[in-house]
Amino acid sequence: MRRIRTYRDVAHETDSGILEQVLDQRSRLERRLARVGATIAVVSGKGGVGKSAITANLAVTLAAAGARVGALDADLNGPSLGRMLGVAGQPLADEADGVVPAISGTGVKVMSMDLLQEDDAPLRWRAPDGDGFTWRGVAETGVLREFLSDVAWGDLDYLLIDVPPGTDRIARLLDLLPHPSQTLLVTTPAAITRFVVSKSARLLRDAGVEHVGLVANMTAYLDGAGGSRPLFDSADARALAGETGLEVWAEIPFDPELGRATDRGRPYVLDHADAIAATALVALAGRVERENRGRKAP
Amino acid sequence: MKFLCIECDQVMAFAERQIPGDGTLAAVFTCPGCKREIAMLTNPMETQLVSSMGVQIGGRTVPEQPMELTRSSLSDTRQDVFIESDANAAGAVSPDQSTETAQAIARVEWDGAAIDRLSHVPSFVRGMVKRIYIDWAKERGISTITPAVMDRARKDLGLEGM
Repeated sequence: MRRIRTYRDVAHETDSGILEQVLDQRSRLERRLARVGATIAVVSGKGGVGKSAITANLAVTLAAAGARVGALDADLNGPSLGRMLGVAGQPLADEADGVVPAISGTGVKVMSMDLLQEDDAPLRWRAPDGDGFTWRGVAETGVLREFLSDVAWGDLDYLLIDVPPGTDRIARLLDLLPHPSQTLLVTTPAAITRFVVSKSARLLRDAGVEHVGLVANMTAYLDGAGGSRPLFDSADARALAGETGLEVWAEIPFDPELGRATDRGRPYVLDHADAIAATALVALAGRVERENRGRKAP
Repeated sequence: MKFLCIECDQVMAFAERQIPGDGTLAAVFTCPGCKREIAMLTNPMETQLVSSMGVQIGGRTVPEQPMELTRSSLSDTRQDVFIESDANAAGAVSPDQSTETAQAIARVEWDGAAIDRLSHVPSFVRGMVKRIYIDWAKERGISTITPAVMDRARKDLGLEGM
């Protein structure tokens, strides 16, 4: 049988140019992120645990402390970060260096699919009907890559990334950003959340992701009259910390006012600095700042 | 992806790409030894898979533009989202470009008919398309972009639908 040279045999010879373009994409991503002090991934694996609200409040808290902050909404199918930070409807400036992101009233630079699409539009593509399962994940990863690399973030101290539900979405981010400076794993005391988040914890551990902090959200319900009661009957979220070996960085009770502030597009911590939940969020921002001191942007 | 001419044991070189507009793609590769040509034909799904990576078979005729994949593939977009910054309107001068080059960029102008044609490009991609034309004109020392210049650029760069 005749021997035909394999791909690897001819790896360095003229080809279709695809590999070079992929390498160029990676290079652009690295150049962009070189101007970011710390990348903070806010993940869970479970939906509805408050990742976006935590991201928005962390972003404005860090910005209020004088940091240069960007917030990237990686939830392409259910974007909410833009509205939570009050930038919905802002135009984006088109420059050679990249797309200039929206800027919130608190100085946070924001990129979200919400800024690009009509209000009621689901995430859809100009593509032939059918067979979407073969390429949709590739396209979504490509858009996320462009949000990271083609947005003119400038010099940032922190780039917070709000990662959508699904452990696969965490893996997708790690394909682009294998080593976030910090990962905040958000959970609640609910048993079903703990079940899902434990999978994310394992994914992060197996991927060699370091600097992971556990954030327990909705640990209690604040009734507005100074009282509180548990939101869930199941075991404390600290059990997850015991199982995963992760440290709990914050325990944030649910304040109905947080939900209202979120709907108004004005992050809760701005107007409720003395509230219990705000105190917890500010303390979390302080922890993020301390853990990433020394990772300032150029 | 590579194509090997078994007869010559040489990797075939990309020669030409054709996009007929029905979602398919044809890419021609030539053996540098015997000059044999083959055409790789992809169906719409295969074509879409490659374009979803943000790459072009055979390499690019123009550098990848910021958020090119997002702009070219996203549906139901807001048409008023992108506004042109002053820097882009002047032709995108990067910090490392020489004063001479910057002056050349600043000299690139658009005549009325070209502006009119550009206005028909969807605003979601207009800034990106405009920059491509300016760069092409700049590289050739063209000071005024006209519809004829746009046609030449499209043909030269293989840009369908721009």
